[in-house]
Amino acid sequence: MYSEKVMDHFTNPRNVGEIPDADAVGQVGNPSCGDIMKIFLKIKDDRIEDIKFQTFGCGAAIATSSMVTEMAKNKTLDEALKITNKAVAEELDGLPPQKMHCSNLAADALHAAIENYRQKQKGA
Amino acid sequence: MRRVYFDHAATTPVDPEVAELVMKYMTESYGNPSSVHSFGREVKKPLEYAREQVRKAIGAAHVGEIAFCSGGTEAANMALRGAAYANRQKGNHIITTAVEHHCVLTTCEQLAKEGFEVTVLPVDQYGRISVEDVANALTDQTILVSIMHANNEVGTIMPIAEIGKMLKSQERRIIFHTDAVQSIGKLPVDVDQLNVDMLTFSGHKIYGPKGIGVMYLRRGTWWQPIMYGGGQERRRRPGTENAPAIIGLGRAVEMAVANREEEAEKLTKLRDKLVDRVLSSIPNSRLNGHPTERLPGHASFCFEFVEGESMLLSLDMQGIAISSGSACTSGSLEPSHVLLAMGIPKEIAHGSLRVTLGKYNTEEEVDYFVDNLIPIVERLRKMSPLTGGGACTPCACAGCDQSKK
Ligand SMILES: Cc1ncc(COP(=O)(O)O)c(C=O)c1O
Ligand code: FES
Repeated sequence: MYSEKVMDHFTNPRNVGEIPDADAVGQVGNPSCGDIMKIFLKIKDDRIEDIKFQTFGCGAAIATSSMVTEMAKNKTLDEALKITNKAVAEELDGLPPQKMHCSNLAADALHAAIENYRQKQKGA
Repeated sequence: MRRVYFDHAATTPVDPEVAELVMKYMTESYGNPSSVHSFGREVKKPLEYAREQVRKAIGAAHVGEIAFCSGGTEAANMALRGAAYANRQKGNHIITTAVEHHCVLTTCEQLAKEGFEVTVLPVDQYGRISVEDVANALTDQTILVSIMHANNEVGTIMPIAEIGKMLKSQERRIIFHTDAVQSIGKLPVDVDQLNVDMLTFSGHKIYGPKGIGVMYLRRGTWWQPIMYGGGQERRRRPGTENAPAIIGLGRAVEMAVANREEEAEKLTKLRDKLVDRVLSSIPNSRLNGHPTERLPGHASFCFEFVEGESMLLSLDMQGIAISSGSACTSGSLEPSHVLLAMGIPKEIAHGSLRVTLGKYNTEEEVDYFVDNLIPIVERLRKMSPLTGGGACTPCACAGCDQSKK
Protein backbone atom coordinates (compact mmCIF):
# COMPACT_ATOMS: atom_id res chain seq x y z
CA MET A 1 0.00 0.00 0.00
CA TYR A 2 2.94 2.36 0.67
CA SER A 3 5.74 3.14 -1.78
CA GLU A 4 9.27 1.98 -1.04
CA LYS A 5 10.27 5.54 -0.31
CA VAL A 6 7.53 5.92 2.29
CA MET A 7 8.63 2.69 3.95
CA ASP A 8 12.25 3.85 3.88
CA HIS A 9 11.40 7.14 5.58
CA PHE A 10 9.14 5.34 8.05
CA THR A 11 11.84 2.83 8.94
CA ASN A 12 14.77 5.24 8.96
CA PRO A 13 13.27 8.63 9.59
CA ARG A 14 15.66 11.55 9.05
CA ASN A 15 15.98 14.34 11.59
CA VAL A 16 13.91 12.85 14.40
CA GLY A 17 14.00 14.54 17.77
CA GLU A 18 13.93 17.85 19.50
CA ILE A 19 16.11 20.94 19.25
CA PRO A 20 16.24 22.15 22.85
CA ASP A 21 17.30 25.71 21.95
CA ALA A 22 15.17 25.92 18.81
CA ASP A 23 14.54 29.34 17.29
CA ALA A 24 11.06 28.29 16.36
CA VAL A 25 8.58 25.49 16.93
CA GLY A 26 5.49 24.64 14.90
CA GLN A 27 2.85 22.12 15.82
CA VAL A 28 -0.26 21.02 14.01
CA GLY A 29 -2.78 18.26 14.48
CA ASN A 30 -4.72 16.92 17.37
CA PRO A 31 -4.23 13.68 19.27
CA SER A 32 -7.89 12.84 19.05
CA CYS A 33 -7.75 12.62 15.27
CA GLY A 34 -4.63 10.54 15.28
CA ASP A 35 -1.89 12.86 14.06
CA ILE A 36 0.32 15.48 15.62
CA MET A 37 3.45 16.88 14.06
CA LYS A 38 5.91 19.14 15.74
CA ILE A 39 8.76 20.81 13.87
CA PHE A 40 11.76 22.46 15.50
CA LEU A 41 13.90 24.97 13.58
CA LYS A 42 17.33 26.43 14.05
CA ILE A 43 17.59 29.48 11.85
CA LYS A 44 20.59 31.55 10.80
CA ASP A 45 20.44 34.46 8.37
CA ASP A 46 16.92 33.52 7.34
CA ARG A 47 18.10 30.03 6.41
CA ILE A 48 17.09 26.73 8.03
CA GLU A 49 20.30 25.52 9.54
CA ASP A 50 18.84 22.62 11.44
CA ILE A 51 15.43 21.01 11.53
CA LYS A 52 13.97 18.20 13.62
CA PHE A 53 10.56 16.65 14.03
CA GLN A 54 8.42 14.66 16.43
CA THR A 55 5.32 12.90 15.15
CA PHE A 56 2.46 10.92 16.57
CA GLY A 57 0.74 9.23 13.65
CA CYS A 58 0.65 6.45 11.13
CA GLY A 59 3.32 5.38 8.68
CA ALA A 60 2.40 8.13 6.25
CA ALA A 61 2.52 10.77 8.96
CA ILE A 62 6.01 9.74 10.02
CA ALA A 63 7.31 9.46 6.45
CA THR A 64 5.96 12.86 5.40
CA SER A 65 7.46 14.49 8.48
CA SER A 66 10.80 12.96 7.74
CA MET A 67 10.61 13.98 4.08
CA VAL A 68 9.63 17.57 4.80
CA THR A 69 12.63 18.00 7.08
CA GLU A 70 14.93 16.77 4.31
CA MET A 71 13.32 19.09 1.79
CA ALA A 72 13.50 22.12 4.04
CA LYS A 73 17.01 21.75 5.39
CA ASN A 74 19.36 24.52 4.24
CA LYS A 75 16.55 26.32 2.45
CA THR A 76 15.79 29.99 3.05
CA LEU A 77 12.55 30.63 4.88
CA ASP A 78 10.90 31.94 1.73
CA GLU A 79 11.95 28.84 -0.17
CA ALA A 80 10.73 26.60 2.62
CA LEU A 81 7.36 28.30 2.63
CA LYS A 82 6.95 27.24 -0.99
CA ILE A 83 7.14 23.54 -0.09
CA THR A 84 3.62 22.23 -0.56
CA ASN A 85 1.89 19.18 0.78
CA LYS A 86 1.60 17.91 -2.74
CA ALA A 87 5.32 18.29 -3.27
CA VAL A 88 6.05 16.25 -0.13
CA ALA A 89 3.73 13.46 -1.28
CA GLU A 90 5.25 13.50 -4.76
CA GLU A 91 8.75 13.34 -3.35
CA LEU A 92 7.65 10.15 -1.54
CA ASP A 93 6.36 8.67 -4.83
CA GLY A 94 2.78 9.25 -3.76
CA LEU A 95 0.56 8.25 -0.84
CA PRO A 96 -2.60 6.13 -0.72
CA PRO A 97 -5.61 8.42 -1.32
CA GLN A 98 -7.05 7.96 2.18
CA LYS A 99 -3.71 9.07 3.64
CA MET A 100 -3.38 12.30 1.71
CA HIS A 101 -4.41 14.40 4.66
CA CYS A 102 -1.29 13.48 6.61
CA SER A 103 0.97 14.98 4.01
CA ASN A 104 -0.87 18.26 4.48
CA LEU A 105 0.23 18.21 8.06
CA ALA A 106 3.94 17.93 7.33
CA ALA A 107 4.11 21.09 5.24
CA ASP A 108 1.64 22.78 7.59
CA ALA A 109 3.88 22.05 10.57
CA LEU A 110 6.87 23.50 8.75
CA HIS A 111 4.93 26.61 7.79
CA ALA A 112 3.64 26.94 11.35
CA ALA A 113 7.21 26.87 12.64
CA ILE A 114 8.31 29.56 10.18
CA GLU A 115 5.29 31.63 11.11
CA ASN A 116 6.25 31.21 14.77
CA TYR A 117 9.77 32.46 13.97
CA ARG A 118 8.52 35.52 12.09
CA GLN A 119 6.13 36.42 14.90
CA LYS A 120 9.00 36.23 17.36
CA GLN A 121 11.18 38.40 15.11
CA LYS A 122 8.45 41.00 14.95
CA GLY A 123 8.08 40.97 18.70
CA ALA A 124 11.83 41.27 19.28
CA MET B 1 12.09 -13.98 6.80
CA ARG B 2 10.34 -15.50 9.73
CA ARG B 3 6.56 -15.04 9.64
CA VAL B 4 4.19 -15.19 12.60
CA TYR B 5 0.44 -15.08 12.10
CA PHE B 6 -1.38 -13.49 15.05
CA ASP B 7 -4.51 -12.32 13.27
CA HIS B 8 -6.91 -15.26 13.58
CA ALA B 9 -9.91 -13.04 14.29
CA ALA B 10 -9.46 -11.65 10.77
CA THR B 11 -9.21 -15.06 9.17
CA THR B 12 -7.57 -18.47 9.61
CA PRO B 13 -5.62 -20.82 7.39
CA VAL B 14 -7.74 -23.60 5.94
CA ASP B 15 -7.04 -26.89 7.67
CA PRO B 16 -5.22 -29.21 5.21
CA GLU B 17 -7.85 -31.92 5.62
CA VAL B 18 -10.59 -29.41 4.87
CA ALA B 19 -8.66 -28.06 1.89
CA GLU B 20 -8.35 -31.55 0.47
CA LEU B 21 -12.06 -32.10 0.81
CA VAL B 22 -12.85 -28.77 -0.87
CA MET B 23 -10.48 -29.61 -3.71
CA LYS B 24 -12.17 -32.94 -4.22
CA TYR B 25 -15.56 -31.29 -4.67
CA MET B 26 -14.14 -28.76 -7.08
CA THR B 27 -12.28 -31.11 -9.37
CA GLU B 28 -13.60 -34.65 -8.96
CA SER B 29 -17.19 -34.40 -7.80
CA TYR B 30 -18.17 -31.15 -9.40
CA GLY B 31 -21.82 -31.79 -10.23
CA ASN B 32 -24.63 -29.40 -9.43
CA PRO B 33 -26.30 -30.77 -6.31
CA SER B 34 -29.72 -30.08 -7.84
CA SER B 35 -28.98 -32.33 -10.82
CA VAL B 36 -30.71 -35.70 -10.87
CA HIS B 37 -27.87 -37.60 -12.52
CA SER B 38 -25.04 -39.31 -10.71
CA PHE B 39 -22.76 -36.24 -10.90
CA GLY B 40 -25.34 -34.23 -8.99
CA ARG B 41 -26.26 -37.00 -6.58
CA GLU B 42 -22.68 -37.55 -5.49
CA VAL B 43 -22.54 -33.91 -4.34
CA LYS B 44 -26.02 -33.68 -2.87
CA LYS B 45 -25.27 -36.34 -0.30
CA PRO B 46 -22.11 -34.80 1.21
CA LEU B 47 -23.77 -31.40 1.07
CA GLU B 48 -26.62 -32.68 3.22
CA TYR B 49 -24.08 -34.38 5.45
CA ALA B 50 -22.43 -30.97 6.01
CA ARG B 51 -25.80 -29.61 7.05
CA GLU B 52 -26.05 -32.40 9.59
CA GLN B 53 -22.53 -31.61 10.83
CA VAL B 54 -23.57 -28.00 11.38
CA ARG B 55 -26.83 -29.00 13.06
CA LYS B 56 -24.96 -31.15 15.51
CA ALA B 57 -22.25 -28.57 16.12
CA ILE B 58 -24.73 -25.93 17.26
CA GLY B 59 -27.24 -28.24 18.89
CA ALA B 60 -30.07 -27.47 16.46
CA ALA B 61 -33.11 -29.76 16.46
CA HIS B 62 -33.58 -30.07 12.69
CA VAL B 63 -31.33 -29.94 9.63
CA GLY B 64 -34.01 -27.81 7.96
CA GLU B 65 -33.08 -24.99 10.32
CA ILE B 66 -29.67 -24.61 8.69
CA ALA B 67 -29.19 -22.50 5.55
CA PHE B 68 -25.86 -21.89 3.85
CA CYS B 69 -24.94 -18.56 2.29
CA SER B 70 -21.83 -16.57 1.35
CA GLY B 71 -20.48 -15.74 4.84
CA GLY B 72 -21.05 -14.07 8.17
CA THR B 73 -22.04 -10.80 6.54
CA GLU B 74 -24.68 -12.24 4.26
CA ALA B 75 -25.97 -14.47 7.06
CA ALA B 76 -26.52 -11.43 9.31
CA ASN B 77 -28.23 -9.56 6.49
CA MET B 78 -30.53 -12.52 5.88
CA ALA B 79 -31.29 -12.95 9.55
CA LEU B 80 -31.99 -9.32 10.40
CA ARG B 81 -33.74 -8.14 7.29
CA GLY B 82 -35.66 -11.40 6.86
CA ALA B 83 -36.98 -11.21 10.42
CA ALA B 84 -37.64 -7.47 10.33
CA TYR B 85 -39.66 -7.54 7.10
CA ALA B 86 -41.61 -10.64 8.06
CA ASN B 87 -42.68 -9.22 11.43
CA ARG B 88 -43.39 -5.66 10.41
CA GLN B 89 -47.10 -5.99 11.16
CA LYS B 90 -46.29 -6.93 14.76
CA GLY B 91 -44.01 -4.01 15.48
CA ASN B 92 -41.14 -1.98 14.14
CA HIS B 93 -38.63 -1.84 16.99
CA ILE B 94 -35.20 -3.47 16.79
CA ILE B 95 -32.53 -3.56 19.52
CA THR B 96 -28.81 -4.05 19.00
CA THR B 97 -25.54 -2.88 20.60
CA ALA B 98 -22.92 -0.26 19.78
CA VAL B 99 -20.13 -2.84 19.45
CA GLU B 100 -21.61 -5.14 16.81
CA HIS B 101 -19.71 -5.99 13.67
CA HIS B 102 -20.50 -3.68 10.76
CA CYS B 103 -22.51 -6.42 9.10
CA VAL B 104 -25.11 -6.02 11.89
CA LEU B 105 -24.73 -2.30 12.61
CA THR B 106 -24.93 -1.17 9.01
CA THR B 107 -27.85 -3.48 8.31
CA CYS B 108 -29.67 -1.95 11.29
CA GLU B 109 -28.85 1.54 10.00
CA GLN B 110 -30.39 0.58 6.68
CA LEU B 111 -33.48 -0.82 8.42
CA ALA B 112 -33.77 2.48 10.30
CA LYS B 113 -33.76 4.29 6.96
CA GLU B 114 -36.54 1.98 5.84
CA GLY B 115 -38.69 3.06 8.76
CA PHE B 116 -37.78 0.69 11.59
CA GLU B 117 -37.05 2.10 15.02
CA VAL B 118 -33.57 0.98 16.06
CA THR B 119 -32.14 1.19 19.59
CA VAL B 120 -28.35 0.87 19.72
CA LEU B 121 -27.47 0.01 23.30
CA PRO B 122 -24.34 1.52 24.84
CA VAL B 123 -21.84 -0.84 26.50
CA ASP B 124 -19.82 -0.64 29.70
CA GLN B 125 -16.05 -0.09 29.88
CA TYR B 126 -15.48 -3.76 29.06
CA GLY B 127 -17.70 -3.72 26.01
CA ARG B 128 -20.51 -5.64 27.71
CA ILE B 129 -24.21 -5.08 28.03
CA SER B 130 -26.36 -6.47 30.79
CA VAL B 131 -29.68 -8.29 30.76
CA GLU B 132 -31.25 -5.24 32.42
CA ASP B 133 -30.00 -2.93 29.65
CA VAL B 134 -31.85 -5.04 27.12
CA ALA B 135 -34.94 -5.47 29.30
CA ASN B 136 -35.17 -1.72 29.85
CA ALA B 137 -35.00 -1.06 26.12
CA LEU B 138 -37.96 -3.31 25.26
CA THR B 139 -41.15 -1.65 24.07
CA ASP B 140 -44.50 -3.00 22.98
CA GLN B 141 -43.17 -2.66 19.44
CA THR B 142 -39.99 -4.71 19.82
CA ILE B 143 -39.78 -7.55 17.31
CA LEU B 144 -36.07 -8.30 17.08
CA VAL B 145 -32.94 -8.22 19.25
CA SER B 146 -29.47 -8.81 17.78
CA ILE B 147 -26.44 -9.12 20.06
CA MET B 148 -23.10 -10.66 19.19
CA HIS B 149 -21.87 -13.63 21.22
CA ALA B 150 -18.27 -12.44 21.37
CA ASN B 151 -16.72 -9.25 20.09
CA ASN B 152 -14.23 -9.44 17.24
CA GLU B 153 -12.22 -6.37 18.25
CA VAL B 154 -11.85 -6.76 22.00
CA GLY B 155 -12.90 -10.37 22.58
CA THR B 156 -15.54 -9.61 25.22
CA ILE B 157 -18.22 -12.25 25.72
CA MET B 158 -21.85 -11.14 26.01
CA PRO B 159 -24.33 -12.82 28.40
CA ILE B 160 -26.36 -14.26 25.51
CA ALA B 161 -27.98 -17.15 27.38
CA GLU B 162 -29.29 -14.83 30.13
CA ILE B 163 -30.56 -12.25 27.66
CA GLY B 164 -32.23 -15.02 25.66
CA LYS B 165 -33.93 -16.33 28.78
CA MET B 166 -35.24 -12.90 29.66
CA LEU B 167 -36.56 -12.40 26.13
CA LYS B 168 -38.29 -15.77 26.19
CA SER B 169 -40.07 -14.85 29.42
CA GLN B 170 -41.71 -11.84 27.76
CA GLU B 171 -45.33 -11.99 26.74
CA ARG B 172 -44.45 -10.68 23.31
CA ARG B 173 -42.69 -12.99 20.91
CA ILE B 174 -39.32 -11.33 20.34
CA ILE B 175 -36.88 -12.86 17.89
CA PHE B 176 -33.33 -13.11 19.21
CA HIS B 177 -30.33 -13.26 16.87
CA THR B 178 -26.71 -13.71 17.83
CA ASP B 179 -23.65 -13.20 15.63
CA ALA B 180 -21.50 -16.16 16.63
CA VAL B 181 -18.77 -15.62 14.03
CA GLN B 182 -16.08 -15.16 16.68
CA SER B 183 -17.39 -17.58 19.30
CA ILE B 184 -18.03 -20.76 17.38
CA GLY B 185 -15.28 -23.28 18.05
CA LYS B 186 -14.01 -21.15 20.93
CA LEU B 187 -16.95 -21.07 23.35
CA PRO B 188 -19.78 -23.54 23.86
CA VAL B 189 -22.33 -22.64 21.19
CA ASP B 190 -25.67 -24.38 21.56
CA VAL B 191 -28.80 -22.70 20.22
CA ASP B 192 -30.98 -24.06 23.02
CA GLN B 193 -28.59 -23.19 25.83
CA LEU B 194 -28.14 -19.72 24.35
CA ASN B 195 -31.91 -19.31 23.93
CA VAL B 196 -31.56 -17.86 20.45
CA ASP B 197 -33.91 -18.04 17.46
CA MET B 198 -31.29 -17.14 14.89
CA LEU B 199 -27.55 -17.65 14.94
CA THR B 200 -25.04 -16.85 12.23
CA PHE B 201 -21.42 -17.76 11.62
CA SER B 202 -18.75 -17.97 8.98
CA GLY B 203 -16.39 -20.65 7.65
CA HIS B 204 -13.14 -18.75 7.48
CA LYS B 205 -12.69 -18.07 11.20
CA ILE B 206 -12.68 -21.77 12.02
CA TYR B 207 -10.06 -23.07 9.59
CA GLY B 208 -12.65 -23.43 6.84
CA PRO B 209 -13.01 -21.68 3.50
CA LYS B 210 -13.81 -17.99 2.98
CA GLY B 211 -17.06 -16.89 1.38
CA ILE B 212 -19.24 -19.44 3.13
CA GLY B 213 -21.53 -18.94 6.09
CA VAL B 214 -24.49 -20.31 7.99
CA MET B 215 -27.80 -18.94 9.15
CA TYR B 216 -29.60 -20.98 11.76
CA LEU B 217 -33.33 -20.23 11.89
CA ARG B 218 -35.34 -21.89 14.65
CA ARG B 219 -38.42 -23.69 13.38
CA GLY B 220 -41.51 -21.57 13.90
CA THR B 221 -39.69 -18.25 13.62
CA TRP B 222 -41.36 -15.77 11.29
CA TRP B 223 -38.92 -14.91 8.58
CA GLN B 224 -38.90 -14.17 4.85
CA PRO B 225 -36.19 -14.47 2.21
CA ILE B 226 -34.27 -11.42 1.08
CA MET B 227 -33.21 -13.01 -2.21
CA TYR B 228 -35.37 -14.69 -4.80
CA GLY B 229 -34.53 -17.33 -7.35
CA GLY B 230 -34.50 -21.10 -7.39
CA GLY B 231 -35.54 -23.49 -4.68
CA GLN B 232 -32.13 -24.10 -3.10
CA GLU B 233 -31.72 -24.03 0.69
CA ARG B 234 -35.52 -24.33 1.03
CA ARG B 235 -35.86 -21.01 -0.81
CA ARG B 236 -34.06 -19.27 2.03
CA ARG B 237 -31.01 -18.67 -0.07
CA PRO B 238 -31.52 -19.36 -3.77
CA GLY B 239 -28.65 -19.92 -6.17
CA THR B 240 -26.48 -22.96 -6.91
CA GLU B 241 -24.88 -23.97 -3.64
CA ASN B 242 -21.14 -23.47 -3.15
CA ALA B 243 -20.90 -27.19 -2.51
CA PRO B 244 -17.11 -27.46 -2.04
CA ALA B 245 -17.13 -24.68 0.55
CA ILE B 246 -20.23 -26.00 2.30
CA ILE B 247 -18.72 -29.45 2.58
CA GLY B 248 -15.47 -27.89 3.81
CA LEU B 249 -17.32 -25.79 6.38
CA GLY B 250 -19.15 -28.88 7.63
CA ARG B 251 -15.91 -30.68 8.36
CA ALA B 252 -14.28 -27.51 9.76
CA VAL B 253 -17.04 -26.85 12.26
CA GLU B 254 -17.11 -30.48 13.29
CA MET B 255 -13.39 -30.39 14.08
CA ALA B 256 -13.60 -26.98 15.75
CA VAL B 257 -16.28 -28.17 18.14
CA ALA B 258 -14.58 -31.51 18.83
CA ASN B 259 -11.26 -29.83 19.69
CA ARG B 260 -12.76 -26.80 21.37
CA GLU B 261 -12.01 -27.44 25.02
CA GLU B 262 -8.46 -28.58 24.50
CA GLU B 263 -7.82 -25.73 22.09
CA ALA B 264 -9.36 -23.12 24.40
CA GLU B 265 -7.20 -24.24 27.28
CA LYS B 266 -4.02 -23.99 25.23
CA LEU B 267 -4.94 -20.60 23.76
CA THR B 268 -5.95 -19.17 27.13
CA LYS B 269 -2.57 -20.10 28.56
CA LEU B 270 -0.70 -18.59 25.63
CA ARG B 271 -2.80 -15.47 25.73
CA ASP B 272 -2.37 -14.97 29.47
CA LYS B 273 1.35 -15.22 29.09
CA LEU B 274 1.29 -12.73 26.24
CA VAL B 275 -0.89 -10.28 28.15
CA ASP B 276 1.23 -10.55 31.30
CA ARG B 277 4.46 -9.99 29.43
CA VAL B 278 3.12 -7.03 27.44
CA LEU B 279 1.53 -5.25 30.38
CA SER B 280 4.47 -5.80 32.69
CA SER B 281 7.16 -4.75 30.21
CA ILE B 282 5.49 -1.82 28.42
CA PRO B 283 4.45 1.11 30.60
CA ASN B 284 1.30 3.08 29.75
CA SER B 285 -0.32 0.06 28.16
CA ARG B 286 -3.72 -1.41 28.89
CA LEU B 287 -5.74 -4.47 28.01
CA ASN B 288 -9.02 -3.66 26.28
CA GLY B 289 -12.16 -5.64 26.95
CA HIS B 290 -13.14 -7.82 29.86
CA PRO B 291 -10.30 -9.27 31.95
CA THR B 292 -11.89 -12.71 32.26
CA GLU B 293 -15.06 -12.81 30.15
CA ARG B 294 -13.08 -12.91 26.93
CA LEU B 295 -12.30 -15.21 24.01
CA PRO B 296 -9.46 -17.67 24.67
CA GLY B 297 -6.89 -16.52 22.09
CA HIS B 298 -7.83 -12.87 22.05
CA ALA B 299 -5.89 -9.89 23.39
CA SER B 300 -6.48 -6.24 22.56
CA PHE B 301 -4.22 -3.48 23.84
CA CYS B 302 -3.87 0.27 23.77
CA PHE B 303 -0.45 1.85 23.98
CA GLU B 304 -0.48 5.49 24.87
CA PHE B 305 1.45 8.02 22.76
CA VAL B 306 1.77 5.76 19.73
CA GLU B 307 -0.49 5.21 16.77
CA GLY B 308 -1.68 1.72 15.81
CA GLU B 309 -0.78 1.63 12.16
CA SER B 310 2.82 2.55 12.79
CA MET B 311 3.05 -0.35 15.27
CA LEU B 312 1.36 -2.66 12.77
CA LEU B 313 3.78 -1.68 9.99
CA SER B 314 6.80 -2.09 12.25
CA LEU B 315 5.67 -5.54 13.37
CA ASP B 316 4.90 -6.44 9.77
CA MET B 317 8.51 -5.68 8.89
CA GLN B 318 9.48 -8.32 11.46
CA GLY B 319 7.06 -10.75 9.80
CA ILE B 320 4.44 -10.48 12.53
CA ALA B 321 0.82 -10.09 11.46
CA ILE B 322 -1.54 -8.40 13.90
CA SER B 323 -4.27 -5.85 13.40
CA SER B 324 -5.12 -2.46 14.77
CA GLY B 325 -8.78 -2.14 15.61
CA SER B 326 -10.65 -4.18 13.06
CA ALA B 327 -9.31 -5.03 9.63
CA CYS B 328 -12.51 -3.61 8.19
CA THR B 329 -11.91 -0.20 9.79
CA SER B 330 -8.38 0.21 8.52
CA GLY B 331 -9.62 2.05 5.44
CA SER B 332 -11.13 4.83 7.49
CA LEU B 333 -9.40 7.36 9.67
CA GLU B 334 -11.75 7.06 12.63
CA PRO B 335 -10.60 4.88 15.50
CA SER B 336 -12.58 1.71 16.10
CA HIS B 337 -16.25 2.24 16.97
CA VAL B 338 -15.92 -0.55 19.54
CA LEU B 339 -13.14 1.13 21.55
CA LEU B 340 -14.95 4.46 21.42
CA ALA B 341 -18.20 2.82 22.61
CA MET B 342 -16.25 1.48 25.60
CA GLY B 343 -15.37 5.05 26.52
CA ILE B 344 -11.70 4.88 25.55
CA PRO B 345 -10.56 8.39 24.56
CA LYS B 346 -9.89 8.88 20.86
CA GLU B 347 -6.19 9.61 21.24
CA ILE B 348 -5.70 6.34 23.12
CA ALA B 349 -7.97 4.37 20.80
CA HIS B 350 -5.64 5.33 17.93
CA GLY B 351 -2.95 3.29 19.66
CA SER B 352 -4.83 0.00 19.64
CA LEU B 353 -3.44 -3.33 18.64
CA ARG B 354 -5.26 -6.66 18.40
CA VAL B 355 -3.51 -9.99 18.79
CA THR B 356 -5.54 -13.12 18.06
CA LEU B 357 -3.90 -16.50 18.44
CA GLY B 358 -4.72 -19.72 16.64
CA LYS B 359 -4.14 -23.42 16.75
CA TYR B 360 -0.70 -23.42 15.14
CA ASN B 361 0.80 -20.70 17.36
CA THR B 362 3.47 -21.54 19.93
CA GLU B 363 4.83 -20.09 23.13
CA GLU B 364 8.05 -19.32 21.35
CA GLU B 365 6.11 -17.17 18.85
CA VAL B 366 4.54 -15.27 21.74
CA ASP B 367 8.02 -14.48 23.01
CA TYR B 368 9.19 -13.46 19.53
CA PHE B 369 6.22 -11.08 19.34
CA VAL B 370 6.75 -9.47 22.74
CA ASP B 371 10.52 -9.22 22.22
CA ASN B 372 9.86 -7.30 19.01
CA LEU B 373 7.00 -5.21 20.31
CA ILE B 374 8.94 -3.71 23.22
CA PRO B 375 11.59 -1.89 21.12
CA ILE B 376 9.00 -0.91 18.50
CA VAL B 377 6.82 0.88 21.03
CA GLU B 378 9.92 2.45 22.55
CA ARG B 379 11.16 3.71 19.19
CA LEU B 380 7.79 5.16 18.21
CA ARG B 381 7.37 6.80 21.59
CA LYS B 382 10.74 8.44 21.23
CA MET B 383 9.47 9.92 18.00
CA SER B 384 6.19 11.05 19.48
CA PRO B 385 5.61 14.61 20.69
CA LEU B 386 3.11 13.26 23.22
CA THR B 387 5.49 11.20 25.31
CA GLY B 388 6.97 14.12 27.17
CA GLY B 389 3.71 14.37 29.05
CA GLY B 390 1.86 17.66 29.26
CA ALA B 391 -1.31 18.17 27.29
CA CYS B 392 -0.90 18.80 23.62
CA THR B 393 -2.20 22.22 22.73
CA PRO B 394 -5.12 21.61 20.44
CA CYS B 395 -4.44 23.51 17.28
CA ALA B 396 -6.34 24.08 14.08
CA CYS B 397 -5.75 21.00 12.01
CA ALA B 398 -6.42 21.60 8.35
CA GLY B 399 -5.80 17.96 7.67
CA CYS B 400 -8.34 16.56 10.04
CA ASP B 401 -10.98 19.00 8.93
CA GLN B 402 -10.45 17.80 5.43
CA SER B 403 -10.73 14.20 6.41
CA LYS B 404 -14.17 14.88 7.81
CA LYS B 405 -15.45 16.24 4.51
C1 LIG C 1 -18.19 -10.67 14.67
C2 LIG C 1 -18.15 -10.80 13.18
N1 LIG C 1 -19.31 -10.85 12.49
C3 LIG C 1 -19.31 -10.97 11.15
C4 LIG C 1 -18.16 -11.07 10.41
C5 LIG C 1 -18.24 -11.15 8.91
O1 LIG C 1 -18.02 -12.43 8.41
P1 LIG C 1 -17.65 -12.65 6.90
O2 LIG C 1 -16.25 -12.13 6.74
O3 LIG C 1 -17.73 -14.12 6.67
O4 LIG C 1 -18.62 -11.91 6.07
C6 LIG C 1 -16.93 -11.03 11.09
C7 LIG C 1 -15.66 -11.13 10.33
O5 LIG C 1 -14.89 -10.20 10.24
C8 LIG C 1 -16.93 -10.89 12.50
O6 LIG C 1 -15.77 -10.84 13.18
S1 FES D 1 -2.07 9.73 10.83
FE1 FES D 1 -3.68 10.47 9.68
S2 FES D 1 -4.08 9.06 8.14
FE2 FES D 1 -2.10 9.00 8.84
